[in-house]
Amino acid sequence: MTALIATPQIQSVLPAPAESCPPGVLRNVATIALRELREAVRSRWFILYTLAFAVLGLGISYVSAAGAGGMGLSGFGRTTAGLINLVLLVVPLMALTAGAGSIASDRERGMLAYLLAQPVSRFEVLMGKYLGLAGALMACLFLGLGMCAAILAWKGEATRPASILWLAGLSFGLALGMLSLGMLVSVLVRKASVAVGTAIFLWLTLVFVTDLALMAGAMALRLRIEQLLALSLINPLQVFKMWSLHAVDSTLDVLGPAGLFAVDEFGPWLHLIFGLCMAAWIVLPLIVAAMLFSRRSPL
Amino acid sequence: MIRIEVVSKKFGRTAAVQDISLEIPAGDSVALWGVNGAGKTTLIRCVLGLLRFEGRILIGGHDVARQGKRARMLVGYVPQELGFYDDLRVAEAVRFFGRLKGLALRATSEVLGGVGLDGHEGKRIRELSGGMKQRLALAIALLGDPPVLVLDEVTASLDACGRREFVSLLSGLSGSGRTMLFASHRVEEVTTLARRVITLQQGRITAQTDAAQFLSGMGVGTILHLAVRADVRAHAMDLLRNSGFAPQLNGIGLLVPVPSEQKAAPFRVLAEGRITVDDFEVLSGTTAPAHTPRMEALP
Repeated sequence: MTALIATPQIQSVLPAPAESCPPGVLRNVATIALRELREAVRSRWFILYTLAFAVLGLGISYVSAAGAGGMGLSGFGRTTAGLINLVLLVVPLMALTAGAGSIASDRERGMLAYLLAQPVSRFEVLMGKYLGLAGALMACLFLGLGMCAAILAWKGEATRPASILWLAGLSFGLALGMLSLGMLVSVLVRKASVAVGTAIFLWLTLVFVTDLALMAGAMALRLRIEQLLALSLINPLQVFKMWSLHAVDSTLDVLGPAGLFAVDEFGPWLHLIFGLCMAAWIVLPLIVAAMLFSRRSPL
Repeated sequence: MIRIEVVSKKFGRTAAVQDISLEIPAGDSVALWGVNGAGKTTLIRCVLGLLRFEGRILIGGHDVARQGKRARMLVGYVPQELGFYDDLRVAEAVRFFGRLKGLALRATSEVLGGVGLDGHEGKRIRELSGGMKQRLALAIALLGDPPVLVLDEVTASLDACGRREFVSLLSGLSGSGRTMLFASHRVEEVTTLARRVITLQQGRITAQTDAAQFLSGMGVGTILHLAVRADVRAHAMDLLRNSGFAPQLNGIGLLVPVPSEQKAAPFRVLAEGRITVDDFEVLSGTTAPAHTPRMEALP
């Protein structure tokens, strides 16, 4: 390769900075978030998860509708209940692994140190990555659920837009909470493979182990109904499940005594209680992640 | 431009950098010289604010620890190897980092042309050779025309041809009034780019010389760089010392000053000691005077 290097010209062609101060927090967060969003949308995991979510959602919708004797969605809504269970399984896995891989894999590839050597703060990098991945997850969820709703409507099945919208919104809330938790793992763990493994372990714990532990605890320790409800609210997946069911049907009969107790005891405050629990799962892990990220080496 | 005040950095109980103080005025070009583990890269990472450290580092009057963004706004950084999203296109990477530096770049061809990458805007980063990636990193570092350039063993991953091209590119910048701080294992880089050479040993400054004295301080006009396996380097050093040479370790091999008419002598000594020389370079006579703006055709 022959290249004529005109050294005095190198600097003259380079644009001077638009401002002497570094860009503000919002601008840097937006720049990094857009970069992360584009990267996520181009990636295989995004396409696979979106397709899997949509295909499984459609399958559940058809099976539920067929099970209802062709009556489509009615009352509590078999389809929505099926989709809630799908969200409970897929969305936490998707968000936890996406979050866990973000910082750890960048650190492993040396990208994190290079990025932090630019005029950006660690908070901006963390928030940019978080919001970018949140955008990708939102696109994935809304595409998946939107495809389900559109195809069901096209096939002439009865749909309740409000239920789908509630489900989409709450699924996104759950995704944000799990993403925060995933990012906390990513900040704590150095290797990407270990971070993703930890995320899968957390997913298994939240999806299966806590349910079983709650049932075993209720029987063995003879927990009171309010204790059972309080313990359920500790698990973000339970919060999502109860809130979704409550939003769709406004009763929680399907959850048994704990659900009945919750409705009787808290009535109109339930939305607020569920909202606060979900918000805590979104904000608290993210705050801890930001505090740790500001102190830990990016290398 | 860069003021380093009593900086120390420990990893666990190991002191990587100990009580280093250094003043680098605007326009100066300083090389950090020393074996692997001497503390060169650690010091550079402290200057960039990537590591927490004791002491204080100011860039353009801005405290790196407290005003990291402002300090890094004045710095262009080229790492040993560009680690960034491999799927990103060259132009996208330039625009992304430009935005982080407060620049709104529409056309990137001029920026890339300045480092000999014109016509590669649409290529993905993974499609670039090692030398081209380093040129891209240099283009990104020069965005916004920062007054300080920090380079960390930038030619370590390049072959001989790529190294020559890149050093030639950098030599035009060293005399441009820009402040340069760089770590290197290579004599030709130091003598071409630096005005001052800071020798580090076990995290401490052991010598400060100007670049001309640096080469003569190594003994004579010809220096052999011998690449031998890491596990036999110590033995090779002993053999050469016992034969009257004054070898130095430089992290990637041995530097052996020799009389010009006895360049084969160290090879004989090592062969008798059953040590294989994997590669070698003759370093003297290849260096250009520092800070001479020049235009040259690269091979």
